[in-house]
Amino acid sequence: MAHNAQPLSLIRVLAGGGALALLLALTLGTVLAVWSKASLQQGLGSADWAAIRFTISQALVSATISVVLAIPTARALARRRFRGRQLMVSLLGAPFILPGIVAVLGIVAVWGRTGYISTLIGTPLNIYGFTGVVLAHVFFNLPLATRFILQGWLSIPTEHFRLSAQLGMTTRDVNRQLERPMLRAVVPGAFLLIFLLCITSFAVALALGGGPRATTVELAIYQALRFDFDLSKAALLAMIQFALCTLTAAATLWIAAPQSFSVGLDRPPRRWDGKERGQIWTDRILLVVVGLFLFVPLVSITVKGMPNLGALPPQVWPALRNSMAIAITSALLAIVLSLALSALIVSLSARWKRGSQLLEVIGFLSLAASPFVIGTGLFIMLNPYIDPFKAALPITIAVNAVMSLPFALRVILPAMSRAEHFYGRLGNSLGMTGWHRFRLAIWPRLKRPVGFAAGLSAALSMGDLGVIALFAPPDMATLPLTMYRLMSAYQTAAASGVALLLIATSLALFWAFDKGGRLDHHTG
Amino acid sequence: MTIILDNLHLRVGDFELTADFEIAEGHKIALIGPSGGGKSTLLSALAGFTAPVGGRILFGGVDITKLPPAKRPVTLLFQDHNLFPHLSAEQNIGLGLRPNLKLEAAQKQVVQDALARVGLSGHGRKRPAQLSGGQQQRVAIARALLRDKPVLLLDEPFAALGPALKHEMLDLVAEITEASNTTLLMVTHQPDDAHYLADQTVLIAGGIATAPVSTKALFADPPIALQRYLGE
Repeated sequence: MAHNAQPLSLIRVLAGGGALALLLALTLGTVLAVWSKASLQQGLGSADWAAIRFTISQALVSATISVVLAIPTARALARRRFRGRQLMVSLLGAPFILPGIVAVLGIVAVWGRTGYISTLIGTPLNIYGFTGVVLAHVFFNLPLATRFILQGWLSIPTEHFRLSAQLGMTTRDVNRQLERPMLRAVVPGAFLLIFLLCITSFAVALALGGGPRATTVELAIYQALRFDFDLSKAALLAMIQFALCTLTAAATLWIAAPQSFSVGLDRPPRRWDGKERGQIWTDRILLVVVGLFLFVPLVSITVKGMPNLGALPPQVWPALRNSMAIAITSALLAIVLSLALSALIVSLSARWKRGSQLLEVIGFLSLAASPFVIGTGLFIMLNPYIDPFKAALPITIAVNAVMSLPFALRVILPAMSRAEHFYGRLGNSLGMTGWHRFRLAIWPRLKRPVGFAAGLSAALSMGDLGVIALFAPPDMATLPLTMYRLMSAYQTAAASGVALLLIATSLALFWAFDKGGRLDHHTG
Repeated sequence: MTIILDNLHLRVGDFELTADFEIAEGHKIALIGPSGGGKSTLLSALAGFTAPVGGRILFGGVDITKLPPAKRPVTLLFQDHNLFPHLSAEQNIGLGLRPNLKLEAAQKQVVQDALARVGLSGHGRKRPAQLSGGQQQRVAIARALLRDKPVLLLDEPFAALGPALKHEMLDLVAEITEASNTTLLMVTHQPDDAHYLADQTVLIAGGIATAPVSTKALFADPPIALQRYLGE
């Protein structure tokens, strides 16, 4: 349908091309910078091998546990109706925007040496090291995996469950004929995504790992740069990290083939299998246990933070200012980049399908980028000219924007593609062009997804403890960094007050952006 | 098999439908009426997917109101999703014999015979995606054929097919139901379909399913609700 093709305007090409150039410079350009500094003949020491082994093994175990638990949890949520189900499904989305360092605090409150469980069983547990890292990663990724797999379950057409009921298929038959094919299609993708997230996660490894036996590659890069100031060692580790992430991302793209399940008519899903008493009780117990595992740490953060909100240490306020500035700027940057890229992708798709698909893949590529590889690369690029530690804020803003780009793009691209398809044509036929066409025909359809994406990216950026730890001078911090410093100084009470403040501001930012997108909304 | 709807009362959300009539064995009944009028809901209740809030359903004099779907002597064909996409045509048909697909040699022959009967010999190994829309519905008919239930319910399985193909399907259904004296209920939007296949028609409008009357007589002198639906 070439007749509705919008002319490929210069502005679109320039804006989209600029966004693309910035993205490539930050993801691949930094890798090249790292590559130039990495001294390969130096080779890997035993500590480096230990870091690689630890990174892979904790990611494998975390992803396996998350997925193995997520399958029955998702099944229980898919086939049971109970009060609070919707609440539970929504809360499963919470860990995604929960700042990593806050989650660690909540997990320590439950599982730590003086935590609820230690008190309950009378012996202090030690979760620092492998156990703690895996525990925290499962806490983050079990909900993600559950939502992923639940989506797979809900994509099985209701007709198929009716058909199974009519044919007299037992719970086991339904499992074999309906559920396993769906799981085969959904689970590998979920597993690889979680594996990737566990490889690149930093806050958890920083707070719960460390030492020769529990250091991830990401953490080793941080230590090489920050404490040993060994740039070539950091570069070598960054190359390894890049290789790990790229391999995982390639496997994800290759294995997670689209499934053949068609989406059923929109009837309220009802099931006729799984009515056996044993099945019902398994589901109930599982939902309660998973619910407690996920929500007790969240509740404990609130309960412990409340009394400390009144007496926050003075360094919190400049940190709060920094965090807000980073979050808002990087969210806006992420939105501008996503809009520019989406516009280019959408207008390319009519004339050069391959090119637009390639752009789309590049847009999602930064999911596989490690913030510390980017950080190390920027450090190497900037070092000859300026003191990188002085540029902590702009660097953090840029890296955070790139890291949240895949999520923003996922929300904005489909919306823009729909808006262009349905209303762009109408605009063309009315002779609307340029800015007015965008303002009147397209933007009203985009406001809502853009607000949501900006909120999401601001919240992610607000809670991020990543490159800022690499670059921040001692007299400067963000809120998550302040919290980490308080925790390392065993000022747990003050840290829990900061945690609550951090959650509150993250949610407030998310709410404000999301609300902004809904204002004056007449588009139904 | 005779079907009795005894003061049947259905409710789905805000929507309500009542039905109180009898359908004699071996008839072919069309259910006609406006969209959202409850045609599919009625079939869904007969097949056991929607529990009534009042009244009874009797098949051959036996109260089946509380029976689960698999225990009812019924086959229901949906508009789509009648086949599992990851199973071959043969396997999809075989499910009608053994829901766990552990078929003996004799049963496999029965599946091949059913395939031949709907004109799909040689297509047994194909998956639904490799078959056309009409062929997919033939596979579903083949399964219904070998399930051999005395009541066949069609929830517009041929709505997406062109007129020639649709008539071909209706002929196939007529042939099968007449051979085994099956009672047929079929939802449709097209008066033509009712004329083509159904000797009797049930009008479903305004929350009431009226007792079946001769299709010819009904359309010769349509009541107000039907006139409104037909736009006359």
